[in-house]
Amino acid sequence: MSQNSIEVHNLSVAYNRIPVLWDIDFELPKGQIIGIVGPNGSGKSTLLKAIMGLIPLSSGFAKIFDKELDLVRERVAYVPQRESVDWDFPATVEDVVRMGRYKKGKLFNRLSSIDKHLASEAIEKVKLTPYKDRQISQLSGGQQQRVFLARALTQGADMYVMDEPFVGVDVATEKTILELLISMKNEGKTVVIVHHDLQTVSDSFDYLVLLNTRLIAHGPTKEILTEENLQATYGGQLNLLSKIRNIIKNKDFPMREKGFEDK
Amino acid sequence: MGINDLLTLITALLIAWSCSLLGCFLVLRKAVMVGDAISHSVLPGIVIAYLVSSNFNSVFMLIGAAFFGVFTTVIIDFFHKKLKLQEDASIGITFTWLFALGVILIALFTDGNADLDQDCVLFGELGTTFLDKVIYNGRLFGTRSMLMILPVFILVVLFVVVGFKGLQILSFHEEFAKSKGINVNFWHYSFMALVSITTVMSFESVGAVLVVGLLVIPPATSYLLVERLIPMLWLSCLVSTISSLLGYFASIYFDVSISSMIVVTSGAIFILVIIYTKLKIAFRKKIVNL
Repeated sequence: MSQNSIEVHNLSVAYNRIPVLWDIDFELPKGQIIGIVGPNGSGKSTLLKAIMGLIPLSSGFAKIFDKELDLVRERVAYVPQRESVDWDFPATVEDVVRMGRYKKGKLFNRLSSIDKHLASEAIEKVKLTPYKDRQISQLSGGQQQRVFLARALTQGADMYVMDEPFVGVDVATEKTILELLISMKNEGKTVVIVHHDLQTVSDSFDYLVLLNTRLIAHGPTKEILTEENLQATYGGQLNLLSKIRNIIKNKDFPMREKGFEDK
Repeated sequence: MGINDLLTLITALLIAWSCSLLGCFLVLRKAVMVGDAISHSVLPGIVIAYLVSSNFNSVFMLIGAAFFGVFTTVIIDFFHKKLKLQEDASIGITFTWLFALGVILIALFTDGNADLDQDCVLFGELGTTFLDKVIYNGRLFGTRSMLMILPVFILVVLFVVVGFKGLQILSFHEEFAKSKGINVNFWHYSFMALVSITTVMSFESVGAVLVVGLLVIPPATSYLLVERLIPMLWLSCLVSTISSLLGYFASIYFDVSISSMIVVTSGAIFILVIIYTKLKIAFRKKIVNL
């Protein structure tokens, strides 16, 4: 039995010959909530895409559950950034969530009643059942994020890989996501989350990967969260001013989508 | 309405429906300009196929068209993604170059053949297609144009119905499809090949310029009114049906080019729909304020 959820070895990625990730090496445990953390532009999302085989690597490899990605695709669910799609697409919440059941090589078949059932179950889990027939452009940012989450849940994967699920979401969504993460963990699933801001929700991570083009540190959260590591990750960005700004932002003015009201 | 009107109308409708169905996915994938590019750059394919087989009926035509269509998208992607040129610039370079190549091939090798000249390529002529009837054993089967577009129409319907899920996930979220191991290249290129075949088969009837109108206007009109993909496909076909019928009779009344009138009509419907949606929003606001 293998112990690793993700193994990355000697991985580098470059855009236009400029390295975005440089010689990354780590092994991540199973059954934990893992945060990949670093400042903007530190290559976090790129790392996820590299692991999911979405972009070409300059060197190295990534393995999932100690196997090549193609052998274990069914066991991994990817939740991309909310901005990665055009939300004006003519589809309802249910339409999008059902896409989670579309499978390679089975695209010509109709969805079974089991597929449809799994989709409604996932919609219920993210508390969007009242909105299931809404067009996706008529949702708030947080609700859109939950649609993506539900779509991933239908895949019944062993590992969930999420790209910035907390960006621009309302408090209700943040709570829903955090609850889901914990129930996933209790079911023995691995959750890998890319997150840009250590001040928020970092308590929820069991394990951290600190990243800034290079790998700064990785390990259980308690051991990793040292002043030294944070300095190395965030560098000049983590000065007193930005700390204060973050505290104000998180305590007094919860981040909300413009124009969002829970009806 | 005589048999000739009927034959012309059926041809127009088959073209309009094929274009409306494929056009929905072009609009949703924001690839309308790629469709425009394809409709022009298949010209060298047509000329080469014509030179090889010396007629328009052959499978060479389909193969030539599909090849040049896919070739166009490959080159555009290469310029855009590998050479980091802007996408619109990549499109502009690719299709004008290939189109110009086609025009020169016509001039050099077809010796002023009446079947293949620049006017026909650009604008087409639906009005004369009824002259070329296919009669077998004394029975009328249709016009040559109609019988050419019919299999393409059937192919388009089959592709959209059977491959609906593939096209849907490709249009909505290509990256997610990729993460599931779905072969996005297969879907992308087979879709683009079908767009190429459709534009080529519509060539003589509507021409390279106006076929783009049929690909874009009905789907864009439909897009403004619906909230789901399947209704969008149906409504797009309805819009193109109405504009084909109205356009056809208007063109006879005014004695002008049929395909131009069809595109003008669908443009008019598009504008009416925009006015309708704006009024609807204004009306809703009024009710809320009351």
